Amino acid sequence: MTHPTNPRVRLTLAAACALAVAGTAGGALAAEALNVVSWGGAYTKSQVEAYHKPWIEETGNELNSIDYDGNVAPVKAQVESGNVAWDVVDVELSDAVRLCDEGLLEVLPLDELPPAPDGTPAEDDFIQGSLMDCGVGNIVWSTTVAYDKSQFADDAQPSTIAAFFDTETYPGKRGLAKTAKANLEFALMADGVPAAEVYEVLSTPEGVDRAFAMLDKIKDDVVWWDAGAQPPQMLADGEVSMTSAYNGRIFNAVAMEDKPFEIIWDGQVFYIDMFVIPKGAPNAEMAWDFIKFATGTQPLADQAAWISYGPVRQSSVPLIGTHAEADIEMGPHMPTAPDNFKNAVQVDHYWWADHADEMNERFNAWLVQ
Amino acid sequence: MATTPAAPPAAPPDDGVLRTNDGVPLKTTLARVNRRQKLVAVALVLPLLGFILVTFLAPIGMMLFRAVDNPVLQEQIPRTVALLDAEWDGASVPDEAVFATLAEEMIQQYEVREIAKVGTRLNYEQGGLRSLITKTARTIARRGEPPWRETFIAIDERWADPQTWGIIQQAAPRYTLSFFLAALDLRYDWQGDIVEQPEREQIYVFMFGRTLWISGLVTGLCLLLGFPVAYLLATLPMRQSNILMILVLLPFWTSLLVRTTSWIVLLQTEGVINDVLVWVGLVSDEGRIQMIYNQLGTIIAMTHILLPFMVLPIYSVMRTISPSHMRAARSLGATPARAFREVYVPQTMPGVGAGSILVFILSVGYYITPALVGGRTGQLISNFIAYHMQKSLNWGLAAALGTLLLVGVLLLYWLYNRLIGVEKMKFG
Repeated sequence: MTHPTNPRVRLTLAAACALAVAGTAGGALAAEALNVVSWGGAYTKSQVEAYHKPWIEETGNELNSIDYDGNVAPVKAQVESGNVAWDVVDVELSDAVRLCDEGLLEVLPLDELPPAPDGTPAEDDFIQGSLMDCGVGNIVWSTTVAYDKSQFADDAQPSTIAAFFDTETYPGKRGLAKTAKANLEFALMADGVPAAEVYEVLSTPEGVDRAFAMLDKIKDDVVWWDAGAQPPQMLADGEVSMTSAYNGRIFNAVAMEDKPFEIIWDGQVFYIDMFVIPKGAPNAEMAWDFIKFATGTQPLADQAAWISYGPVRQSSVPLIGTHAEADIEMGPHMPTAPDNFKNAVQVDHYWWADHADEMNERFNAWLVQ
Repeated sequence: MATTPAAPPAAPPDDGVLRTNDGVPLKTTLARVNRRQKLVAVALVLPLLGFILVTFLAPIGMMLFRAVDNPVLQEQIPRTVALLDAEWDGASVPDEAVFATLAEEMIQQYEVREIAKVGTRLNYEQGGLRSLITKTARTIARRGEPPWRETFIAIDERWADPQTWGIIQQAAPRYTLSFFLAALDLRYDWQGDIVEQPEREQIYVFMFGRTLWISGLVTGLCLLLGFPVAYLLATLPMRQSNILMILVLLPFWTSLLVRTTSWIVLLQTEGVINDVLVWVGLVSDEGRIQMIYNQLGTIIAMTHILLPFMVLPIYSVMRTISPSHMRAARSLGATPARAFREVYVPQTMPGVGAGSILVFILSVGYYITPALVGGRTGQLISNFIAYHMQKSLNWGLAAALGTLLLVGVLLLYWLYNRLIGVEKMKFG
């Protein structure tokens, strides 16, 4: 056998060996990296800055940030097939409840969560409903109505949820999410039902009819959206003059891109997002360690510097400062800020767990006709 | 062949059987060679066969199975459903024995956190049963005691309603048709009769109808637009036809998503076409035309995307039609129109058939384009299959809808075969 004498050949061989070694090493490390799954976009960026980077720095562990579209079907598929790839998933509370009920998530030892800096135990520090057997809350976010200020005269700017359903006074197309959830709540609140009674009314057949009757009024003027990135885009394109949207996306469009958008906080429908661990996750212990870290007082407050979603720990609220890049005080832009919170309804996930099937059937049937 | 100089090793018996050089009967040798060739052939297609089995037949089989599979109640509360079947009269409130068995099984399942599966399954049949099950299980697991019948009814009065028990019984069998019924806007009522869904929840029959209608329309439009293009491609001189061919193929090679979003840019109310119309003065600024996020958008985008699938088979057939046929028809006295109609067009039929069935079958399963540009009225049945796969997680219903779609396509294929003949189809 002859050794390759040509320097170029030798170089190539060396490079190939180096690559092979790097590849193996990378593979070995990747096996122990934590796979954290979230919704992508500006939201994931806020988590990377506030949770991932400090956690990696503190523990020296590897972390892969994976985006998904909020559909939890993969969690079900992974657990049922016994081939779980995700360690931590950021899901909406009602999905957490559903998955937990069906035994698809790990049950978490909530008493291990760190207390607030002033010693308040975690269970009192987290706002009500943000802790459950299988999940730890991280943010409060909301679906609100937002509009383009330039589309309306200065003295005729909309300010209530009722304006959304009034296309005569406030002309223009409307954007709505293509799902029953939140839309039925909007409809009833616009029809004069106080936030506290929304689900009481929705629990009667007449109440549901009433909500659909409101939606009927604007049915021909609605452009339907699927993904959170769409509504700000539709507003920017002039496709709609008012749309339902996730408050953080509108905030970002205003803060970072200087868009003339305004949020109507009246009648906001707010949600809680949760970190959960799929049952049988490969790095369940590391995942729990990550969740304990990320939902600590400081990381939750830090996240609010990147996006206008509110922390679920009360002890985080006083620590919220200005936006990390734009010079904007973040406090007033949180869904939970007192001025924004006057007429707000929290999504009742128990009600939705019971009625999602029939409401969505009816909504879909209504939609396609 | 050259003759062999040496004598064969042993003199073959003179029995009139043809033999090869080494004395084996020719038949046997041929059979052996044949067998070897067959084995080689089988070995060559084996990987493909395995691939198809794993990636195509197995998933379809699993889908067919999912559509009737109904294990939940049999796995979670087996003794209760057996007892209901054996002893319940189907009209009154069941007796204490049934309640006690259910209580025992509920507590057991509650402790392993699986009782909600029962609730989810029953909720498909009637909204609200999910919380009935979880609430009852939670309560009795903490502080429940006999007599169970009274305890259950005290928790929720629905336990005193025979209807609740009837629904449990209807949802119990290991294999069920209820997903197929739901896919056809029907359901079992609590007494086991098949009835229609409430009218405001009926949707799938309508959606199947719309899917077939839009697919048919798109196929027709593709034919209308594609036939002249194919004719031009086949008859123009090489140089021009090559350029035209590239124009046909370029979109074909472009990503589906890119083409769909380009249509959004063109068609939206603030889009290029509306801007031009407003600028020319054909429509007012307030009266911009809604051309996308509705059925029109779906039809336009799908027609454009599927056009090459129509043009290419027709073109490849037209290429093989000799120009002398038309000349012969003309020389026999036919007008150009008649020659085209009676001589040329019939010869293109294999291509037209292939193109049409290809476009139609692709349309029936179309998903991304309607999802992006279909808005409210341009959704197809696949969008609802995806909805039940990803959002409602009712995989049984998704599988039943998918199975019906598959059966529909196979039926159409069979019909096509009966009317026109699949062997006449020509893809090129």
